[in-house]
Amino acid sequence: MSTATRSLPRTIGAHAILITYTVIALFPVILVVMNSFKSRAGIFGAPLTPPTPKTFDLIGYATVFGQGDFFHYFQNSLVVTVASLFFVLLFGAMAAFALSEYRFRGNTLMGLYLALGIMIPIRLGTVAILQLMVASGLVNTLTALILVYTAQGLPLAIFILSEFMKQVSNDLKNAGRIDGLSEYTIFFRLVLPLVRPAMATVAVFTMIPIWNDLWFPLILAPSEETKTVTLGAQLFLGQFVTNWNAILAALSLAILPVLILYVIFSRQLIRGITSGAVK
Amino acid sequence: MDTETMAAETRAKRPIRWHVGVFLAPAVLVYTAFMILPLFGTLQLSLFRNIEQSQVFVGFSNFRTLFGDPNWSVNFWNALRNNVWFFIIHMLVQNPIGILLAALLSSPKLRFTAFYRTAIFVPTILSFVIVGFAWKLILSPIWGVAPHLMDFVGLKSFFTPWLGKEQYALTALSLVSVWQFVGIPMMLIYAALLSIPDEVIEAAECDGVTGMAQFWKIKLPLILPSIGIISILTFVGNFNAFDLIYTAQGALAGPNYSTDILGTFLYRAFFGFQLQVGDPNMGAAIATIMFLIILAGVCVYLFLVQTRLRRYQF
Repeated sequence: MSTATRSLPRTIGAHAILITYTVIALFPVILVVMNSFKSRAGIFGAPLTPPTPKTFDLIGYATVFGQGDFFHYFQNSLVVTVASLFFVLLFGAMAAFALSEYRFRGNTLMGLYLALGIMIPIRLGTVAILQLMVASGLVNTLTALILVYTAQGLPLAIFILSEFMKQVSNDLKNAGRIDGLSEYTIFFRLVLPLVRPAMATVAVFTMIPIWNDLWFPLILAPSEETKTVTLGAQLFLGQFVTNWNAILAALSLAILPVLILYVIFSRQLIRGITSGAVK
Repeated sequence: MDTETMAAETRAKRPIRWHVGVFLAPAVLVYTAFMILPLFGTLQLSLFRNIEQSQVFVGFSNFRTLFGDPNWSVNFWNALRNNVWFFIIHMLVQNPIGILLAALLSSPKLRFTAFYRTAIFVPTILSFVIVGFAWKLILSPIWGVAPHLMDFVGLKSFFTPWLGKEQYALTALSLVSVWQFVGIPMMLIYAALLSIPDEVIEAAECDGVTGMAQFWKIKLPLILPSIGIISILTFVGNFNAFDLIYTAQGALAGPNYSTDILGTFLYRAFFGFQLQVGDPNMGAAIATIMFLIILAGVCVYLFLVQTRLRRYQF
């Protein structure tokens, strides 16, 4: 450990800056959630105070549940996110295994080819993606979104997972081979369970941008049937510009699921970043 | 695919290792079909034009329109200028704040760091729709939260509806975006600072280098590769941004296009808006320009920055 003598004022200074920034980071979120439980008079009369019995009101939530089809949008988002995540993890892990385990001609080249997508955003191909989806009749289906998000998530997943797969002991895999296990069994039974922590990190990294994306739902699947919660919230907010109760309630409803997931997975996510997985 | 290679090393010789292909195929197929081919398809479309219901090759004519025809070029240069400003604000505000927070978080024996880390990262996981709208409400003169808060510090007279004024809107939105993404440089720099071995710090202390001097002379040079990474991530993210502007100001990127960046410009060109008819070929041309800008940035990073900044291996 470092043994520098830390003076008290210094520590206080550090805490002061960090607390200030924490307040800046959390203030808007708390403000929105707090005011979503208030009546209109409460929202405008005293925006900075928590709801009191006098100003407490759930009218905003009533409007949201009465008007928008949020439950359906939520379902769509869930289907898209979970399915894309499944394919990114499965295909990504398989490709990462192939790249890190076997030596074959073009291995490095294949690795570079798959890594291209980390830097070049898939969004730039939108014009052609839309044409492709129109031609294959996939516009306004969740399948279109799942395919695009799978392609979007794969490069980073393969990059991170192959770093981890290199660390899996060779003796273990060779022992499996001597016991007559097929390469597929070695992958699914021996290697996958060992890289589970890395898979969790990749899952979090993949999930957040998919859940929050507005661009592709807006372009590929804007129909009522296939709206995701992000797009639904965007349109809802546009319609109810003057109904502050409804807007604040809708925003809170959009914040909460992500926030709950984050609190559950934050250790995993932060460990993933700080373990140097993304360098 | 190169699956026909002979088995290497001590492994028994198998002429064709089908399983390598099986492991690679799904990822390569999906990635190629939905990412690489559309990317090149878009580049190709930018060289065509729809004349009488059929695509005709027109060379660089779309780009000449984009750069030269006042109907397009005024908006294009405006969007590009705004995008550069958007990037500059991120580099000058987001990354220094991120480095400062990371430096504070990594100071030894500081308590509650896990809490600070988690809390400061919260905005990053929120969707643009939430962030854009929440800040729109906070900065709105109707609600009065912002002037109210500024009154606490005696700055109320400086309040104006920033998002509604042409000269401030872009800077205000850039700062909102900074607020959202400061967690990323913070985390990456924090990770880099933690990986500096204790011996290096101890050696510095033996030589009497402590505190601020230690940060500038010892730690900062060691985390330069990470600063390079956050710079390129910021660059790619900024020149590809769309969602925040779209949610806060709409596709017209008002007031009077003052917050228009390449992403929103691409969206309007591609889909059309109000009186303007959507034009996939011009959209593809704009996407191509964005592609070239991002590619140039990535190349500068790979060939100039990364080769100069040697990674220190401990």
